[in-house]
Amino acid sequence: MPKPTSLNATHRAAGARMVDFGGWDMPVNYGSQIDEHHAVRRDAGMFDVSHMRVVDIHGTPAAAPRDFLRYALANNVDRLKTPGKALYSCLLADDGGVLDDLIVYFLREGFFRLVVNAATADKDIAWLTALAGARAPGLRLVPRADLAIIAVQGPQAREHVWRAVPGSEAASAALGPFNAATFAAPGMGELFIARTGYTGEDGFEIVVPAVHAEVLWRALAAQGVTPCGLGARDTLRLEAGMNLYGQDMDESVSPLESGLAWTVDLASDRDFAGKAALLARPARRRLAGLVLTDAGGVLRAHQAVHTDAGEGEITSGTFSPTLRKSIALARLPAAVAVGDTVHVQVRDKRLAARVVKPPFVRNGRALVQ
Amino acid sequence: MRVPPDLKYVDSHEWIRPEPDGTVTIGITDHAQAALGDLVYVDLPKPGRKVNAGESCAVVESVKAASDVYAPLSGEVVASNDALSGAPEAVNEDAYAAWLFRLRPSEPSQLAGLMDAAAYSKLIAQS
Repeated sequence: MPKPTSLNATHRAAGARMVDFGGWDMPVNYGSQIDEHHAVRRDAGMFDVSHMRVVDIHGTPAAAPRDFLRYALANNVDRLKTPGKALYSCLLADDGGVLDDLIVYFLREGFFRLVVNAATADKDIAWLTALAGARAPGLRLVPRADLAIIAVQGPQAREHVWRAVPGSEAASAALGPFNAATFAAPGMGELFIARTGYTGEDGFEIVVPAVHAEVLWRALAAQGVTPCGLGARDTLRLEAGMNLYGQDMDESVSPLESGLAWTVDLASDRDFAGKAALLARPARRRLAGLVLTDAGGVLRAHQAVHTDAGEGEITSGTFSPTLRKSIALARLPAAVAVGDTVHVQVRDKRLAARVVKPPFVRNGRALVQ
Repeated sequence: MRVPPDLKYVDSHEWIRPEPDGTVTIGITDHAQAALGDLVYVDLPKPGRKVNAGESCAVVESVKAASDVYAPLSGEVVASNDALSGAPEAVNEDAYAAWLFRLRPSEPSQLAGLMDAAAYSKLIAQS
């Protein structure tokens, strides 16, 4: 049985179609998935993302979280200089494969916070615990099953949150992108509010005590924020050119072949888990964007891509509600260039697609034709 | 989910409406469109194509997934609803008005083996 989040009854009462996602019983859509998608691009939508796991890292004078994370993460936590600042990073295995992607928040030198994916949470915690045992005995990793997460995304998302949650404007109006703050909201407990997201729009991800999640959800709904399911979340993130763990990358591929080179710090002399393997294995493939130019179907994961430089494969594909075209991320031979035409096997047809550089859409604007 | 009483059904979630001229009109049910979600693409058989009962002869694709549509009867395709190619969402709006294609059955006796609305309602209640 998939696990319910604290908002499960609320989703079911709203008529959501539910699906098992990473072991959690999650809403895929409430009504029209495309309407939910447009709500986020044009106004504001909210997502229950409580399946993602918050893992707090508390240090001791002898075991500093920053020293530990400097080795554990492929991105460099030394970029986090001011409290509240966030960084996107991969967690790599020693062979350079991607164990997970996550966001790390620097709260103070003794306290960092990770937010990891649902299906990988237990694996991540086991890996980090073993790594901490070897490198930073005394470090405490605290999975926070007592917390829920609601993402509010869209051009009007911040204003809606400010109206729905007393005290939130004072706490978050000055937050820049990829920054977070903590404050107490009457009737909702202590909220951790981060200007982050997975849609390519402005907005917040709000970590709330699970016992207060429904109060927050209802307050947002009362302001007209549209409940959105994982279906719209997937089309939004794909338009935004953001990877989905388990689909666009996993333990079997390098981040350098997953469009994530920008998150891997190979420039500094810092050592980190997986670094030696990445340096020993140059990227032969790359993750690129595709826009279907022929009519005849929709690009989907696992379809074969025929190129002049060899075969590739689509890792995520969908119909883009914003562009009204089919788009995809595909792992292609490194020699394939932006602007090239490739051919995708869609059932019995080979359909032409153009190679583009993601993102496809950002802040409501189409970036590709 | 709407299950109009005057139509016939098959367990792969197509509806069938016998026409006065002896042809049958075929679409997907309200239950099927709801399960698929917003449709964004349809691929319909060309008139003249001969199909066997149970053969995949059309594709409907939603944002979420692609799904085959099966011929509920053997016969020859006599028309397809080309208006859907520019407006596949019409199937979501009214699955029984937005037909997909028409067949002239080669074995009209197969009609007797189709489900009625009561049997189909029972089927989807179990799923």
